[in-house]
Parts: sequence; C-alpha cells; structure tokens
Amino acid sequence: MLKNYIKIAFLVLMRRKIFTFISLFAISFTLTVLIVISAMLDHMFAPVAPEVNMQRTLGIYFGEMKGPDSTWNGNPGYGLLDKCARNLPNVELISIFMENQTVNSYLRGQKIVSSLKRTDGEYWKILKFNFLEGSPITNEDEEKANFVAVINKSTREKFFPNESAIGKYIEADSQNFRVIGVVEDVSQFCNSAHSEIWVPLSTNKDQGYRREVLGRCVGLLLAKSPDDFPSIKTEFAQRVNNFEFPAELKNEYNKITCFADTSLEIISRQALGDPNPTKLILILIGLMVLFMLLPAVNLININISRILERASEIGVRKAFGASSWVLVGQFIVENLILTLIGSILGFIGSIVVLLIINQSNIIQYANFQLNYRVFFYGVLTTIFFSFLSGVYPAWQMSKLNPIEALRGGIR
Amino acid sequence: MIKLDNIEKVYRTSRVETVALMNINLEVKEGEFISIMGPSGCGKSTLLNLMGLLDAPTKGQLLINGKEITSYKDKYLANLRNQEIGFIFQSFHLVNDLSVLDNVEIPLLYRKISSSQRRQMALKALEHVGLTARIYHFPSQLSGGQQQRVAIARAIVGRPKILLADEPTGNLDSKMGEEVMNLLVGLNEEKTTIVMVTHDKRMAERTKRIVRIFDGRQVG
Ligand SMILES: Nc1ncnc2c1ncn2[C@@H]1O[C@H](COP(=O)(O)OP(=O)(O)O)[C@@H](O)[C@H]1O
Ligand SMILES: [Mg+2]
Repeated sequence: MLKNYIKIAFLVLMRRKIFTFISLFAISFTLTVLIVISAMLDHMFAPVAPEVNMQRTLGIYFGEMKGPDSTWNGNPGYGLLDKCARNLPNVELISIFMENQTVNSYLRGQKIVSSLKRTDGEYWKILKFNFLEGSPITNEDEEKANFVAVINKSTREKFFPNESAIGKYIEADSQNFRVIGVVEDVSQFCNSAHSEIWVPLSTNKDQGYRREVLGRCVGLLLAKSPDDFPSIKTEFAQRVNNFEFPAELKNEYNKITCFADTSLEIISRQALGDPNPTKLILILIGLMVLFMLLPAVNLININISRILERASEIGVRKAFGASSWVLVGQFIVENLILTLIGSILGFIGSIVVLLIINQSNIIQYANFQLNYRVFFYGVLTTIFFSFLSGVYPAWQMSKLNPIEALRGGIR
Repeated sequence: MIKLDNIEKVYRTSRVETVALMNINLEVKEGEFISIMGPSGCGKSTLLNLMGLLDAPTKGQLLINGKEITSYKDKYLANLRNQEIGFIFQSFHLVNDLSVLDNVEIPLLYRKISSSQRRQMALKALEHVGLTARIYHFPSQLSGGQQQRVAIARAIVGRPKILLADEPTGNLDSKMGEEVMNLLVGLNEEKTTIVMVTHDKRMAERTKRIVRIFDGRQVG
C-alpha cells in the first residue's frame, strides 16, 4: 500500500508542476531563512573562541551623565572604569580596552584600511584567541607602552604575504609597531574581540583618555561564576553612583550611571534602551513567527484548494472501494514527500546562503555554521504545518459521501 | 442479485425536504440487463446510488448479492463496493492526473494484489474495450467515447458481478453512444448483471427489462 501511495504521490506532484513548485519554494525558503537567522544568533551567543568565557563575562559599554541642562550618553571613559571597575568582589579579571578605530597604512604606495583596537594585557586572558604564531600583548607591554602589535591572519596576508610576520614592523595611524603575534580572523559579530590590529592601550597618541569619564572605552569583567553577576552589578552601580566628578565637569553634571551587562543585555539595551532581554526575545520570536506565517498561510491555502480541486478524485476512489482512512493516508504521504523534498532543498539553500555570507565581506570574518538542531526543529515545524494544511482538509473531504465528493465536494 | 425492499429516500437540507424515492420494491436477478427510465429529476440517479451503496436510504432494506446491508459504516461499504460493484458515470469521472492505465488500476489499489498482477488485469480490461494503444495517454488527450471506454475498463477491471451505469451515453454523440452500448451488451452476454439509467429509448430497448420511475415512484 505504502509503495502505491508513494507512486501516486510522485505522479500527482509531477503532474501539478506549479503547485509543487510553489509549495517547495515556500517550504525551502522558510527553512532557509530560519536556519540562516539561527546560525547568526548562534554565532553571536555561542561561547566559541575567542569568547570562550562569554558565560562568565560582563561588559561595560554604556554610561550616561546628567546635569540640570545637559545629558551625555556614550561609552565609559578610562577614568571612570579605572576608578570603579577594578577590584570588584568575585571578579577574577578585568580588562579595559578602546573601541575599534579605523586606521590607514601605506604599503608600497597603496592605502590599506584596517580596524585597530587598543587593549591592556588582561584582555588577552579573558578572550582566548587562536594564535597562529607569536604571543599576545602583556601587562608589561601596556605599562611600558611598548610599540608592539598583534595582527590577524588576513592582515598578515596583506602586509607579509606567505611569510612569518613576527619581528616585522607594521605602520598604522602613522605609528610604527613591531608584530609579536598573529591570530585567526575574528568575526565582526564578536564585538569585544573583533579587530584586525591590536596594540597596547598606552600607545594611544593622546594620553588625555586616562581621565575621561565618558569616552570610547569598554570594560570586560570575568566573574568567578554567573551566579555572582547580581552582586557585581550592584557593587559596580554603587561605586559609579558615588563617583566624584572631576572639577571641569562638576558644574555641568551631577549624576552618572553606568552598567555592567551580559551580552544579551548589551544588545537589548542597544536595540530597545532596556537591558531586560525578555522584550527583545519576544519581539524576535514574534518577527520570526510573522515571517513564517506568510509561507505557512500560503501553504495551507494552496493545500486546501488543491484538495478541494481533487474532490471528484476522492469521490471516484471512494466509489471504487477506498475507505476514508486509506484516502487520508494517501494525502499524508503526498504531504510528507513534499515536505521532505522541500526540507532537502531548504538544507541545501541554507548551506549555500551561509557559504555566500561567509565568503563575502558583508559581515567581516563571519563564520556561520549550520545548526543541525535548528534544522531538525525547522523540519518538524514544516511537517506540522503541512499536516495541518493537508491532512485536516483531506480528512474533511474523505468524510463526504462519495456522491457529494463526485459532485465537487461542496456541501 | 440486488433486492430493494420498501426503499425510501428523503433529502433533508436546512430549508427543504425532498422526497426523492418512495416505496421502491425491485429485484434485479443475476444476468439481467435493466434500464431505468423516467423524466429528469424523478429519482433515477438516487435509485442507482442506493443500489451502489454510494448513499444510504432513509428507510427500507437492501440486499446485494444475497448480503443484507446491516450497517452503513464507511469501511464496510467501501469494501463491498470494491468487491461487488463497478460504476460508470455520465461524465466519466476519470482522474485527470493519472494515465489511462493508472486510472483503470484504481479499484485494484484497494485490494491485496501485486503490482504486476494489477497491471496485467488493467491491460486485459483495456484490451476488452479496445484501448490497448492508449494506455499511457492522459484523459484530456482522449475523445469522449474513448474516455467512457476507459471508465468501463475501470468498472470491469475487478470483475464485479454488478455494473451500475448512470446515463453512460448521455454525454456522447450517437455513434460513440452506440459503441459504448455495444460494449455493455457484450458484457451482459458474458454474465455481468447491469443496471443502466437512460433517457434514450433506443438504448433502453436493447436491454432485457425497463423500470419506469415517475416522481420518485415506480410506475411499472
Ligand atoms: N444531494 C441532494 N440534496 C437534495 N436534493 C437532492 C439531492 N440529490 C438529488 N436531489 C433531488 O432529488 C430528486 C431526484 O434527483 P435525481 O435522483 O438526481 O434525479 P434524476 O437522476 O432522475 O434526474 C430531485 O428533485 C433532486 O433535486
Ligand atoms: Mg441523474
């Protein structure tokens, strides 16, 4: 019987090329988008190198100063972080680094544009980069303001193709650095880790940053355990609250807030101005559902109309001895085959799309991986929709008496 | 072969109630060829559908092949239809998505038969109606007469004892109608019991007995 079902299903799908095409397109397109989005989310939140300690890390990205007439939003400055973020209880390591700046280098008359990040030595202990050669920037480099640099693989390719970079000099932002390490490329989605050239914080041209309350720094806190987050956040907030403004700001500002957030809270704060990620997650899920609803409704629609169209076939089959269950079985197999083919196409589609994103430079050094778990759930969802859309109307139709079905199925 | 005992059929919709058949007593004997005649809307199709177990009577008792119909449950009726009865419809009712051969195989799909045997039986039925050359065509590629011959092949493929035909020549011109009628007469000569609804007096005259219906009642 099953063999017959499968044979009939293939015959019908081949004969109804437009229907088959639309259904397959809807299924595979939905799956592809679902998988690509989840690959991106995975990539952002999975604790892969260099963000192996992500689960235990808090980031300090946002601060706000308020006065009677003015407000200032932005990254925290080195001065504030140095004063308030060091020696917090239950914090193993703290790193302060500067957000990326874009720098130019000139090589044999050609301009090369790179991202440059200025970091301390602790940075390299919280984030675990994969070193291809050499070693990271140390606390000593930071203290002595050594002009040393770690570069990524792609940058080595540009400056020193096919050779080791260690000990060679690289010019960036009209400063000269000796390369001490080369790391694997890091995706742009890893906010704190991504760059192309890393140099000690203290090599910054202008030393004024040391006193800044708000500026362009970021603090990374490595907690002993995520359980310590609440107490760390409270202690940090308290210290910030008691922060003494430097004389030149005292007249303008009287209140300052600054937050230590998890990676999810950072994104939520950035997107919605609210660190509680529940809302963000709900919005994301809502968007995804909305997005999936379109092809799902479409699929349900064509499935129903296709079955209505086949009322007379149902009537014929019943007249010649098919029971309702046998007919429902036939429609289930038809839908299942369609879903399976669609899933395979979706699978191939997502691999291709991920490959294209990885190869192109839309997101620098992105390396999205196919998430098999999400693929599995995606296929389950599709099967559910196709069952809902195919089996329910088929069941309704198969319950019709054969004469009504032969007449076209409208009661 | 078929016995109807005091059969009544009333169609009930939310607004109206139509008495389609009243007090029908009819026995169809083995090997008979009966035509049912009467004006449009008098209940001929309803009667044929009841005989074919496509619909349930409102009242009365029905015997098919000596078996009393005790239940009108879906699976039981499906099985009886599959084993005992072959249908031919005025508008052919072929499945457009399937080839001629696949159409003819339909009744055998619901029996425990191997696919090679199914094919063999279908080819034989198609040979019987003279369509061996068209087995891979689709219904839309055939003339009306050819389509009805495919439908006849489908009706006889499972070797049912009873054939029920509702105006089988109603959609055909006289020449094609003649061909179809010749086929039915031939099948009857090979001992198939046939009940045929028709408008056409000349077709009815070629059958062994005529039953007349008027306004849901038997009139001779
Ligand atoms: N499904 C139905 N619902 C309601 N009335 C019906 C239905 N089928 C047939 N009828 C009515 O029953 C009567 C007999 O119909 P039918 O058996 O099709 O007549 P015939 O085949 O002799 O033309 C007609 O009045 C028709 O309108
Ligand atoms: Mg009729």
